[in-house]
Amino acid sequence: MLVRSRSEVRNYRHEQYYFRLRLGVAAVVVLICFGILAGRFFYLQMVKYDYFQTLAENNRISLVPIVPNRGLILDRNGVVLAHNFFVYTLEITPAKIKDLEQTINEIGKLVEVSSLDRKRFKKLREQSHSFESVPLRTHLNEVEAAKFAVNRYRFPGVEIKSRLFRHYPQGKLGSHLVGYIGRINDADLKALEKSDDLSNYKGSDHIGKSGLEQYYERSLHGTTGFQQVEIDADGHAVRVLSSTAPVPGDNLILSVDSKLQSIAEQAFGERRGAMVAINPSNGEVLAFVSQPTFDPNLFVDGIDSENWKALNDSLDKPLINRPLRGIYPPGSTFKPFAALAGLEYGKREPPFSISDPGFYMLPGSSHRYRDWKPGGHGQVDVRRAIAISCDTFFYGLAMDLGIEKLMGFVSHFGFGKKTGLDIQGEIGGLLPSPQWKWKRWKQKWYPGETVISGIGQGYTLVTPMQLAQATAVLANNGVAMRPHLVSGVQENSSGVIKPIAPVIVDKVILKPEHVELVKLGMMDVTQPGGTAASVGANSPYLIAAKTGTAQVVGIKQNEKYNERNIDERHRDHALFIAYAPADDPKIAVAVIVENGGHGGSAAGPIARKVMDYYLLGKMPAEPVAPTAVPAAPVEEEPHD
Amino acid sequence: MISMLMKRLVRHIDSFLMGCLFFTLLVGLFVLYSASGQSLERIGAQLTNIVVAFSFMWLTANIPPQHLERMALPLFVLGVILLLGVALFGEISHGARRWLHLGIVRIQPSELMKIAVPMMLAWYFARRESSLRLADYAVGAVLLAIPVGFIMKQPDLGTSLMIAASGFYVLFLAGLSWRILIGGAVFAGALAPIMWSLLHDYQRRRIEILFDPYQDPLGAGYHTIQASIALGSGGAAGKGWLHGTQAQLDFLPERTTDFIFAVFGEEFGLLGNLLLLLLFSLIIARGLIIAAQAQNTFCRLLAGSITLTFFTYVFVNIGMVSGILPVVGVPLPLISYGGTSLVTLLVGFGILMSIQTHKKLVTT
Repeated sequence: MLVRSRSEVRNYRHEQYYFRLRLGVAAVVVLICFGILAGRFFYLQMVKYDYFQTLAENNRISLVPIVPNRGLILDRNGVVLAHNFFVYTLEITPAKIKDLEQTINEIGKLVEVSSLDRKRFKKLREQSHSFESVPLRTHLNEVEAAKFAVNRYRFPGVEIKSRLFRHYPQGKLGSHLVGYIGRINDADLKALEKSDDLSNYKGSDHIGKSGLEQYYERSLHGTTGFQQVEIDADGHAVRVLSSTAPVPGDNLILSVDSKLQSIAEQAFGERRGAMVAINPSNGEVLAFVSQPTFDPNLFVDGIDSENWKALNDSLDKPLINRPLRGIYPPGSTFKPFAALAGLEYGKREPPFSISDPGFYMLPGSSHRYRDWKPGGHGQVDVRRAIAISCDTFFYGLAMDLGIEKLMGFVSHFGFGKKTGLDIQGEIGGLLPSPQWKWKRWKQKWYPGETVISGIGQGYTLVTPMQLAQATAVLANNGVAMRPHLVSGVQENSSGVIKPIAPVIVDKVILKPEHVELVKLGMMDVTQPGGTAASVGANSPYLIAAKTGTAQVVGIKQNEKYNERNIDERHRDHALFIAYAPADDPKIAVAVIVENGGHGGSAAGPIARKVMDYYLLGKMPAEPVAPTAVPAAPVEEEPHD
Repeated sequence: MISMLMKRLVRHIDSFLMGCLFFTLLVGLFVLYSASGQSLERIGAQLTNIVVAFSFMWLTANIPPQHLERMALPLFVLGVILLLGVALFGEISHGARRWLHLGIVRIQPSELMKIAVPMMLAWYFARRESSLRLADYAVGAVLLAIPVGFIMKQPDLGTSLMIAASGFYVLFLAGLSWRILIGGAVFAGALAPIMWSLLHDYQRRRIEILFDPYQDPLGAGYHTIQASIALGSGGAAGKGWLHGTQAQLDFLPERTTDFIFAVFGEEFGLLGNLLLLLLFSLIIARGLIIAAQAQNTFCRLLAGSITLTFFTYVFVNIGMVSGILPVVGVPLPLISYGGTSLVTLLVGFGILMSIQTHKKLVTT
């Protein structure tokens, strides 16, 4: 620094000159920018002063959101499943009230306030901010509303509001598919903020919480409109300056037939379980049953703790969406898919057959994997193996294929992954593999686990939805359509329906003769000699089906399963899959009756009633009595 | 004796700059008192902030620029490491990851970077001054992009833009060729329509609302509309201190922080606004003069960048409050409530003072 050559000094001068030039340019930019700001101030504060002065000083502008009407939910025939109607509610803004208890007591002298109302109010108040108005009473009638209106001056901070309420006129019918709306909570707010929808929910109190109400929230809600209102010093609206009308939410047109739904639900009686019916050719879901159900209307105004406790603590778990979230071993309903795997991999092509001694043994082991029929079925080929549900046949098949090939093949039918139905919360089920077992349990895979996987036991878990979807894919010769409950979205103003197009999600390449063989086996199931002969009796159309039983508790090697000795909730689950007419499939069904025992006798009749109505328009012959599980095992049919 | 001590104390304080800062901060306290609903508690807290910030400024002003120059690289590296720490272990608050817990203290590394980035770049260009080539600007741009990228990811758009600006000013003052500057601007201009066509509908809408708040008066546009009403209704002379209806009746959001200028403009009117602008101009002018008189490249570039960044804060904040710039979260320096950013700001002014007052000690 101390010694500089001449050129460096010149350089230095040069640099300093250029630096100051640049600094000068920057200073000019600063001046221009500040000039722009000054100009903007002049514009706002001088030119437009009167305008803003009017807005701010004498009157204040208030923006009032106008909540759009929520879209309706209609079944395929136009039957209303969810609609809105106006009701009077009595609402309290806690922040404006000194003694809440006292005020509520005073209100109670005018209009009835039950203890249930109080409890619900207390719960809602804890969940909301003190400056938000919270309903104390809903569904006030005209007299009550008038009575309060006269005395309103005595209750600052309490007001009557008239607003749209969601109502589910069918009550418990299909509540798991329709879902319900509820008051917007903190978690909902966060989600709205994240998706940038918060401003569209100004003024909205409710949001879809489950089922279609949740999945199609964006469509159903509509776009919030708003009014610019001039407000005088007392806060009353003086006049509307401008307004943008809200756009009502779209209507949902379902592929579900509510009549079919109701027949299916009634067919369950008091029993727990699930049923899904699908149109195999386009993926339309025709019925979606989860038993027992609940009344979604309870949730709309915020459910009170008593009802909530009853629903939540019930052993029957009515709030669980069984078709989507109930996981069961598929049992013998797995066999048609396993049979197809055996055929496609060339392991069980005709004229292959086995001679069934009634059990299967692994080479070098004395453990007997028993068939359900002691003594065995004699000579069994693939078609007969399905018809009579021969366990021995499928034990060997699974061993010949190996677990990876077997599970890899059936996964194309939708097992082990979500079907993609338009409801949130679906569970993917489980197709086991040695890698999965190692990851999950840090244990190696045993050959015996492959053996029992062949008959749908072991680790394999499916949802009723997957079972129905797999049946539909089979009926559709390997073409998997995306299942959906909504067939069209109707714009409210124009009435134009935007149909939801069928989507192919997977295509399993199958040899037609293999599919044919499996289908023949499934048709034999409902013929005399098959495991569900009674289901097919007197049917004017051909039914292809498969029964199944899923163990709830393990049975020891030499113990005999006896329904009568076992606690009802530990009895086997009854499973049944079917499609019909077998020669031209229009409906595919999967039924699970929890602790129902045998698939053919407990679950089969439900499927038959559903198919009878759908294909023939036939109502169930006798009103289905809410029968419990049959006390004695059915003798005339084989026990799967 | 006492006067000797006093002299020593203020030896490195630039009196003109100090006067302007002091006066602006005083104005800020008055506005804050009004904006906070006459909360003495807030005033007390802000006074504490001011005392702390002035202490830091004094300390910085007493560090000779040569020492600052030596600290540039370590400080920058430390900052990048801390930013990395934030990205990995940072604490999330209000949806952004900005804070880092280091045992007992909680720090915000992006604040450190506001100082470290211009220092680093000034240091780099000062080292390369005799043989500056195009590649050096590319290196500078990369050095700048690292912290800016991290902070944008936090996400803190406002701060990352400001740091990007501070770095850009160093490049500009170091003599980045006009051809590149203009070429870059033209390129960006040409790219914009293509980018626009690639955006999703909802992304476009967000940008549209950014520029036209009236499209979404209940959501993103609410701040801007209410701020315009506040400013406009202030008129020529304002509604008077503590008498702004927009501010006092809760219409203005964030009125002690990012939107405090709306409170000021409503209560003090056009006259007040212009005076405040003048005050800011004096500070900026003084900063530019210090930069122009600085004796080496490092000092020049650093002083210039700090001053122009300060200007950018002022312009972007007032611009967004008065509705000519989109809303990005940038406080109004010296006026908005807040401790951390005030400390950083005054440390910057401390550097200016150091550069100015240590001048005669450097022999050339």
